[in-house]
Amino acid sequence: MLQEEVLVAQVKKLLRTAETCLPEDVLGALREAYELESSSLSRMQLHAFIENSRIASEGSLPICQDTGMINFFVFVGDGAHLPGWFSSCLRRAVSELSDEMPLRPNLVSPFGRQNLGNVGACAPNIWIEQVPGDQIELAVLPKGGGSENMSSLAMLKPWEGLGGVRRFVLSQIQNSGGRPCPPTVVGIGVGGGAEVAARLAKRALLRSLRVRNGDPGVAEFEMKLKEEANALGIGPMGLGGRTTVLGVNMEICDCHVASLPVAINMHCWAARRAKMKISPQGEFEFLTHEVE
Amino acid sequence: MAEVKLRTPIGQGESRALRVGDIVSFSGEFLFCRDKAHLRLIEFARQQRPIPVRMEGIPIYHAGPVVREQDHAWRIIAAGPTTSFRMEEYEAQVLRHYEPRIVIGKGGMGKRTSDALVETGGAYAVFPGGAALLAARCIEEVMGVYWIDLGITDALWHARVEGFGPCVVTMDSTGDSLHERIGSESLSRLQALLSR
Repeated sequence: MLQEEVLVAQVKKLLRTAETCLPEDVLGALREAYELESSSLSRMQLHAFIENSRIASEGSLPICQDTGMINFFVFVGDGAHLPGWFSSCLRRAVSELSDEMPLRPNLVSPFGRQNLGNVGACAPNIWIEQVPGDQIELAVLPKGGGSENMSSLAMLKPWEGLGGVRRFVLSQIQNSGGRPCPPTVVGIGVGGGAEVAARLAKRALLRSLRVRNGDPGVAEFEMKLKEEANALGIGPMGLGGRTTVLGVNMEICDCHVASLPVAINMHCWAARRAKMKISPQGEFEFLTHEVE
Repeated sequence: MAEVKLRTPIGQGESRALRVGDIVSFSGEFLFCRDKAHLRLIEFARQQRPIPVRMEGIPIYHAGPVVREQDHAWRIIAAGPTTSFRMEEYEAQVLRHYEPRIVIGKGGMGKRTSDALVETGGAYAVFPGGAALLAARCIEEVMGVYWIDLGITDALWHARVEGFGPCVVTMDSTGDSLHERIGSESLSRLQALLSR
């Protein structure tokens, strides 16, 4: 049986892991980019990223001072039971870890701009989705302000199709330049309605860079966009170079006959995420990291 | 491209000599300054009120640190740069009035800041974004914190740094800007891609 105290402790471990250790696929992509880069300025940036990540994981320290807004994605198996206190445990975990680690107090009211710590209205952001199975999967995605600010939504004309999505995404990446801390992971959401596309774009950031979309057509499009984005020459931190994006992850769902919504959400090079699985017996297993 | 070590206060001759592509490390004093602190600096300048710390020749660092308070002393744990473009609205005025001469951040700044750098003989440099722990390692001590009512993240942190780098000069006193160059090159590449 899942217990509140145990859940809070495990969620804190999950969030601490996300804040301090990049997943292996992201680290691998950064190392590849370093090998590929020829300009000394860009290599210097990538070297700093890799070195900084090593210090973070060895010392259990936050990779970036912008420890982000905390997003939780809860995938509840249709045969699983989600206790009523689940969300309040997520909030408690964020609040307690903010003091213990510490995490930077990033939350403010939108107009008063008064500092509220990291827990407030809609924060942490918690998405709950029902999926097949009897497990609960819990993913956390800390998201810095610089990369989140480069998000965008467009309601394209249906006839614009893949070409329209390509134009929108590449233009947004070009226009963002060095601001989202490239090389970025690019999340794209297509379909649904406005808020569904935006949510899909963010959810796409949970997928490993080594996994392509299950739809072969979408998978091919992801690879093509990655290649074209890298041909823009923006490079690490926008100082020029061969790697502007570490990968492109796109999620799609069906939409209204009159619409073609598309949203983009980029994660900075410190593409922090972590995920764990909770069994019906209340056992925890980390899926993105090797954690004791 | 030169490798330069600078000690604060930075003289106008030193900052004016910096060129895009130079790799610089700084030792001495730093002032952490984000949007809210910039706004207040301008407010104080307008009211001709004194600010709590000397700024002439002291680099402005666009950053909001993760800090811990222990035994009544502050320690900076993580301190990478924040997106400089948010300060575009204010930086030119701050450069002209307080003459910090050096601005350090990430992502680059725009035309108004560039013009002020030309006018005041200053330079803008970037530190690798997100490399918060490498940055924190170069911070020796917190000398003071002012305007903490703005919040921990936005307060004016006054710190002593040693060998703060690698910083890359991306905007200089001749009006050259690497951001401008990369921006227009990537725009031409985008247009070529989209016309296919």
